[in-house]
Amino acid sequence: MKILMKGNEAIAEAALRAGCECFFGYPITPQTELLQYMAKKLLKSGGVFIQAESEVGAINMAYGASSCGKRVMTSSSGPGISLKQEGISYLAGAELPCVIVNIMRGGPGLGNINAAQSDYLQATKGGGHGDYKVIVFAPSSVQEAVELTMKAFDLADKYRNPVMILGDGMLGQMMEVVEFDDSYQPQKVEKPWAVTGDRKREKRVTNSLYIVPEELEKHNLKLREKYKKIKENEVMVEEYLADDARVIFVSFGMCARIVKSAVNRLRQGGEKVGLVRPITLWPFPENELKSYASKEEVEFFIDIEMNLGQMLEDVKLSVEGKKTVHFYGRTGGMVPTIQEIMDFYYSLKK
Amino acid sequence: MGFKRPECLTKESMHYCPGCGHGIIHRLIAEVIDEDYKENKIIGVAPVGCAVFIYDYFNFDFVAAAHGRATAAATGVKRSIPDALVFSYQGDGDIAAIGTSEVIHAATRGENFTAIFVNNGVYAMTGGQMAPTTIPGQVTVSSPYGRDPKVQGYHIKLCEMLVPLDGVAFVARTSIHNLKNIEFTKKAIKRAFELQMNNEGFSIIEVLSNCPTNWGLSPCESMKRIENEVLKYYSLGIFKDKGRGI
Ligand code: SF4
Repeated sequence: MKILMKGNEAIAEAALRAGCECFFGYPITPQTELLQYMAKKLLKSGGVFIQAESEVGAINMAYGASSCGKRVMTSSSGPGISLKQEGISYLAGAELPCVIVNIMRGGPGLGNINAAQSDYLQATKGGGHGDYKVIVFAPSSVQEAVELTMKAFDLADKYRNPVMILGDGMLGQMMEVVEFDDSYQPQKVEKPWAVTGDRKREKRVTNSLYIVPEELEKHNLKLREKYKKIKENEVMVEEYLADDARVIFVSFGMCARIVKSAVNRLRQGGEKVGLVRPITLWPFPENELKSYASKEEVEFFIDIEMNLGQMLEDVKLSVEGKKTVHFYGRTGGMVPTIQEIMDFYYSLKK
Repeated sequence: MGFKRPECLTKESMHYCPGCGHGIIHRLIAEVIDEDYKENKIIGVAPVGCAVFIYDYFNFDFVAAAHGRATAAATGVKRSIPDALVFSYQGDGDIAAIGTSEVIHAATRGENFTAIFVNNGVYAMTGGQMAPTTIPGQVTVSSPYGRDPKVQGYHIKLCEMLVPLDGVAFVARTSIHNLKNIEFTKKAIKRAFELQMNNEGFSIIEVLSNCPTNWGLSPCESMKRIENEVLKYYSLGIFKDKGRGI
């Protein structure tokens, strides 16, 4: 059945269908409807909902509940995610699954509450202290947000790792038609590590402390192996009209939708352009971009973002200097228009 | 009856400095669990600080939290497994400075777990800096001229702050500087756990303890310092017991 839903609420509904048992959050625009939806539904269904005293409180409650083997979610926006970074690092260090939603706003500092992609670097490069990685999904429609949220719970459990849904204010606030797959059943995962208090077996401890350097190195190398496996298996990317393209646009999330429209318009004008849209920002689709960079007919790349070029380095690293990568972005909560993107393209073609 | 190691303590020898109060407090918790909760699910929440390895000394499940966040983590734990006996074990820097917000709100929500708050008046693990609980006049490495309330403010009385909150079932301040008070501490832990298992709400026991290492005193002198100096600023007793109308 197709229904019209606001992005934030659709993500919350998807989480519930994915078996989310505990939600801990703190109100912040533009993600608050997610928390409100959870308050309404989770308490009624016997789940755990707490509006915490702060984002720090929320993520650490999530840490506690995840330690006990529950399916756990927390959500926030930029400044709140900054506060959660300490907890995210601990979750990653202790290898605990957790789904974290960041409906981004403009930054730095208090910035503003408009749609922006200002947290790419924070999300993909660790953000908190230490050598760790978080799987990052960047949906570009409410429907995709629903599907990725469900997948996020499964992957979090599979890899015992935090997974972040990174959307911008637009994704959270806009209403779109979504369809839920009623046959979907959340994966049941055994958690032989979960702290349950049971005293009839060996004790269990969730912890991220390895005081002996050799042991911490061993742990970090083990994490690296896990991240390698994620890189090999979980990259998701959309390639749109890129097969025969001479110029490749790279863009993610809602911004990529605007770029897609620009690609369509440019194609109508006879320009051979295409779009590569990373769906997972980490792991980043390096190989896909690299293969386009190796193609003779590809002249250059254009990276379009709603920030000042936070993904640009990843694009450049993937392209390995084989082609030039140009950048166009708007910041401060400004959304690039189709015309701006086309004008930028033509200015480069001159 | 001989003097035995409580069953829920592991054989691991503790890393605490000689004469440190942590060992005594661990033992008291273990005795209460052995006596009253042999069959129960038990989950401890470990702090950051001197007691960071507490999970090595007990043979039941533990969740190790970030500095100050043990009461938030314990909230997530207890809400997930409501029939378990859950306690956090935290030092004064942990619960009364960086974690003040977490403890006040866990208490306000009436979270059904017990916080065991070890007050030795310093940040011990990082080398004896001034804590929120450092008493006026006390010299520490970061209050080298003695804590001057005009400059560094006053010591925090967390228990007194928590008493008026409706979610709080039990508040006691105890000490381990002599046998009588060690017994009193054990009784307080017993009562707090009992109220927790009756779902009465949040319970906290502040235990005045010693840090011979950072106080620069012998173990015996440090116990005397609690009696002669610390007790002037921190009164002992049961400040609240919901079940008994206190
Ligand atoms: S530093 Fe102080 S509190 Fe820490 S173990 Fe040594 S005596 Fe105990």
